[in-house]
Amino acid sequence: MSNVKKRLFKEKVAKVCMQLAGITITGSLFFIVGTILYKGAPYLTWEMISETPKGGFYIGKDGGILNAILGSLYLATVSTALATAIGVPISIYLNVYVKAGSFLERFSKLLFDVLFGIPSIVYGAIAFSLMVWMGIRASLLGGIITITLLTIPIVVRTIDELLKTVPVDLKNITFSLGATRWETAKMFLRYIKPGIFTAILLAFGRAIGDVAGVLLTTGFSDNLPKYIDEPSATLPLAIFFQLSSPIPEVQGRAYASALILTFIILIIVICTHLLASRQQKHKI
Amino acid sequence: MNWRLIKDKLVERSFSLLLFSSLIVIALILTGLIVKSVPLIQAEHLGKILTESVWSPLKGSFGFLPFIMGTIWVTLISLIIAVPLCVLASVYLVEYAGDALRSMVLPLVNVLAAIPPVLYGVWGVLFVVPLLGQFVGPLFGVETTGYTVFAGGVVLAVMIFPIMISIMVEVLQTIPQELKNASLSLGATKWETVTKVILIKAKPGLLAAVVLGISRAFGETVAVLMVCGNIPQIPKSFFDAGYPLPALIANNFGEMMSIPLYDSALMFAALLLFVIIFGFNLLSRIILNKLEAKAS
Repeated sequence: MSNVKKRLFKEKVAKVCMQLAGITITGSLFFIVGTILYKGAPYLTWEMISETPKGGFYIGKDGGILNAILGSLYLATVSTALATAIGVPISIYLNVYVKAGSFLERFSKLLFDVLFGIPSIVYGAIAFSLMVWMGIRASLLGGIITITLLTIPIVVRTIDELLKTVPVDLKNITFSLGATRWETAKMFLRYIKPGIFTAILLAFGRAIGDVAGVLLTTGFSDNLPKYIDEPSATLPLAIFFQLSSPIPEVQGRAYASALILTFIILIIVICTHLLASRQQKHKI
Repeated sequence: MNWRLIKDKLVERSFSLLLFSSLIVIALILTGLIVKSVPLIQAEHLGKILTESVWSPLKGSFGFLPFIMGTIWVTLISLIIAVPLCVLASVYLVEYAGDALRSMVLPLVNVLAAIPPVLYGVWGVLFVVPLLGQFVGPLFGVETTGYTVFAGGVVLAVMIFPIMISIMVEVLQTIPQELKNASLSLGATKWETVTKVILIKAKPGLLAAVVLGISRAFGETVAVLMVCGNIPQIPKSFFDAGYPLPALIANNFGEMMSIPLYDSALMFAALLLFVIIFGFNLLSRIILNKLEAKAS
């Protein structure tokens, strides 16, 4: 009898351990956001988001980080648009045109899967050497190219997952009605339309938050980004630089900048979630 | 010819062009990395580069051992923390939790995946580093600033939670109900079923999840760079500062043009990262694809 009791006791202990593990993991999210909110909120002012750095900004004088916010938004928008324009056709091609189960299909999908995990610093290092070799200085353009390369695998993989959810019957029906492959592809695109926005948002979130890729390629500037061949500030880099300052005021601004980035990311996440739940309803 | 067919062909051509050019870009990236690292490998023996522990570019000695060890330390620490937590939490979500809890927790874990590395870094600097420096260090009787491989490991552990949880949950969901029923009907408790049936059956998939976590941890740059001290030495304990490979590239690229072989050495570091992570990802993807094929 005591044996059974021991086993049931073990069961209880295990359950508590598992619950604690779950709480730790989900709790870490609130903890991270909470820490940044707690530290950043006192320093968050309207000036931070509406002005560019004035003289002496980095030793604690007036100004804001509008340059970095705009730079990041430009960079992420353009890169995401490019990555979508390249990535969506690739996954359509792999799922509609290429014969299912062929070497090309399996090889390419595996490759994009694997590329998904290559760290951005590697892309950044490559792009940087390429820019040195071609005589281009650090600029918005360099950043856009790097981040586009980084986000293409994300778009290809997410769209691919979506295309898998299209019922095979639907594909066969369109073909049997005499549709060409392109017409079938258009049907596919309509079917997964809400999901495409989710994929785009995911890529956008990744693009706006990346540091290692832009660290080497985009440079930094106190001016608002005007031309594509000029260096530009980005929000993650602004956080990184300000945090390494010894002046408390500047460090405080780093926390506030981190808070701004957190807000942007949370907005993206909420939009993604809303779109995804719409996708669920849309399903037959 | 029919206009519809022409359109179909045109689309086929342009889409395949996009696919092949992106495949070529990937090949070019790898070639570029190799070409740029060749000068270093020619100048010094490959085995020596990997095992030498002195890093002093000005004197022309490029020992990668401290950086490789730094990377291994932070990765191992993060795994020690993250793997048990993730296995336990995933088992709970799949086997014990109700649908309502699961559909609440999984999206939250995905939010964790969306948080950019630099924010993890800020959190590390604000919370993990002071915690280690002021409380945990003295507890073990160690004098430390907190900027240690331990801090890097903790931050990384939180960063690899999402990828491990999402894959582990998927893997655990493919375990057939019949197996669990058989075990339960023989009188095993739920926990015994978990340890003696489910986890054993799920082992390859769990392993794949861990390997994906490793490769994520291996390549993470900025968050680790911000908290782990960046001193080129071989860490000897949890409370030593370390200097992982990605941090080496991020910190030194761009200012090394005048020193011979320096840029080649940094590209070699990038090549190392690329090859190791590529290999790890390939391995885990192959395992996962096989499992998926079996499940369907």
